[in-house]
Amino acid sequence: MALLEIRNVTRRFGSYTAVDNVTVTIEAGEFFTLLGPSGCGKTTLLRMIAGFDLPDSGQILLDGKDVVGTPPEKRPVHTVFQTYALFPHMTVADNIAFPLKMAGKALPEIKARVSEALDGVRLSDFRGRFPHELSGGQKQRVALARGLVNRPRLLLLDEPLGALDAKLREEMQIELINLQKEVGITFVFVTHAQNEALALSHRIAVMNRGSVEQIDEPSKIYGFPENRFVADFVGKISMMSARVLESTPSHLKLEVSGLGEVVTVGKEGVKAGDNGLVAIRPEQVRISHASDEPQLKNHFLGKVHDFLYVGDVTTYIVELSNGAYIEALLPNSAPGRAKFYDVGDAVAVSWRHDAGIFLHE
Amino acid sequence: MSKGDLREGRVARLLVGGPPFIFLLIFFVGPSLIMILTSFRFPGEFGGLAPIAAPAASAESEHGFTPEAYQFFFSDLLYGEIFFKSFAMAAATTFICLILAYPLAVLIARSEKRFRNLLVLLVVLPFASNFLIRIYAWMIILGPESALSQFINAILGVFGIGPVTLLFSPFAVLVGMVYVHLPFMVLPLYTNLEKHDPALLNAAQDLGANGWQRFWQITWPLSLPGVFSGSALVFIPVLGMFAVPDILGGTGDILIGNLIKDQFLGTRDWPFGSALSIMLTLAVLSVAALATWLARPATGQQG
Repeated sequence: MALLEIRNVTRRFGSYTAVDNVTVTIEAGEFFTLLGPSGCGKTTLLRMIAGFDLPDSGQILLDGKDVVGTPPEKRPVHTVFQTYALFPHMTVADNIAFPLKMAGKALPEIKARVSEALDGVRLSDFRGRFPHELSGGQKQRVALARGLVNRPRLLLLDEPLGALDAKLREEMQIELINLQKEVGITFVFVTHAQNEALALSHRIAVMNRGSVEQIDEPSKIYGFPENRFVADFVGKISMMSARVLESTPSHLKLEVSGLGEVVTVGKEGVKAGDNGLVAIRPEQVRISHASDEPQLKNHFLGKVHDFLYVGDVTTYIVELSNGAYIEALLPNSAPGRAKFYDVGDAVAVSWRHDAGIFLHE
Repeated sequence: MSKGDLREGRVARLLVGGPPFIFLLIFFVGPSLIMILTSFRFPGEFGGLAPIAAPAASAESEHGFTPEAYQFFFSDLLYGEIFFKSFAMAAATTFICLILAYPLAVLIARSEKRFRNLLVLLVVLPFASNFLIRIYAWMIILGPESALSQFINAILGVFGIGPVTLLFSPFAVLVGMVYVHLPFMVLPLYTNLEKHDPALLNAAQDLGANGWQRFWQITWPLSLPGVFSGSALVFIPVLGMFAVPDILGGTGDILIGNLIKDQFLGTRDWPFGSALSIMLTLAVLSVAALATWLARPATGQQG
């Protein structure tokens, strides 16, 4: 039996539908992420799981029991808030002891569990400090320890890394993964940062305008987005209009106007004559001199329109003969060199027959 | 920062802080010193003060300095009793104000933002009419002919008790005191409660705290600075208040304020009145010091 089942949940605010008939099933022990732009309904969904908001229709089942009528304090679900919401008048240890005290645990057990939780987030030396004496990362870890200490069935995390700087965020990501593995508690993580979702999750639900667009493992979400929104929201991708000429289980033959034939990996439910988009990730596009011998079937000439150097890689934006732009990513393997091609250079772009994907418009 | 900037800062500070400093020096420190001096002198034969230097005509008349006023204060239990009664009245007023003001302040702090200023305005609205008129109004409300008195006595009559007189009693004084000072409790409490982060209550609820626990674990401890400053704002003025007991109290309900007033206007014993004032000031200062110490920002409040 699934740990959490969200069945056909809808939540409206006036005429605005924040969550629209969402169905999601989360298994015990999973690190599950709700990913989407702001206003997509992910936070409303989280609040309904925590009990701070109620669905207008649909069910939320925890361990098979409908919890919609249960108030937040009675649900075995704890939340790590975006602003941490640490109690300013309590020390780190008292903050972590709070859920245990509320649950009426005996003092010796509280002491032992708090010490254990402090160890778990490497804050044993900070037990007597007050929240305002902590750094952002430390506050974050206290909030995590406080959420986990009473071993909830489910830990909800509402953009918990949003307030941290980039470097610290990366450290905390690794710490989160390890912590979740260690405690074995199911995490439901809400974020609008696609790289965070890809790095942390076992599975991701991509949400848009109150609906779930796709639920899958990170590599599937990134590699095989089901529609234009997912493809565009998660990672970078170049897209061109295309028409299906031939569809087989192993590959698709597409016609891109002004460019010619493009071959991509096969996809269920696509038939000859369908119109849509062909989408290719920048790192799957190879860039070479226009004069080089073609090595792949998808091989097109163009010229460098612009490039973006970010240190480890340079992204080249190549204008193809049909006027479409395609991005190609090239690692900067030669030290001290920012680019291998310059603006205006005649180049060729190519990609493997299984690299591109076809998306219905 | 250059030296010039530093000097400029000092001048600005003097300009801003100087006038109020001088004002307090002339109108607070000065009179206080005069009071201390007065309390150690002899009263004049027909009121006022006896001269410090012996007049040539009657060398045996009282003159110079004496601790007599203080000796007098400590020689009669009556004065200690009045001090005690005043403290008890102040404490009771503070407690009742706190009980009444807290829910109101919570209500205002949690109401919609656009209504808050209006609600605060309503709290201070009584100040728009004269203080004495409002106290005299209570005289009518609590008077024997009033609907309230008749209603209460009708109920008591059923149980065979009464009739009771509401006016000119400690009860009437307490009602008047609470009524006058309630806004002074509501405002600091509201100011404090309004700043509370609602996410804290959500977090507490999420972590298993019910409504009662959320109040005692989160709201109440975080509001303590407001509770203490509101309490000081009520307790201290009640201690010295003489108008309310004068108008609403009976003959036995005099407080320190009345006693002091009598020394200057009735008995004409200025030194004793001054000594009482000094004692009261010391008592108030110690309460204020205690409140300041208790109201120091709770650690981490600034978070």
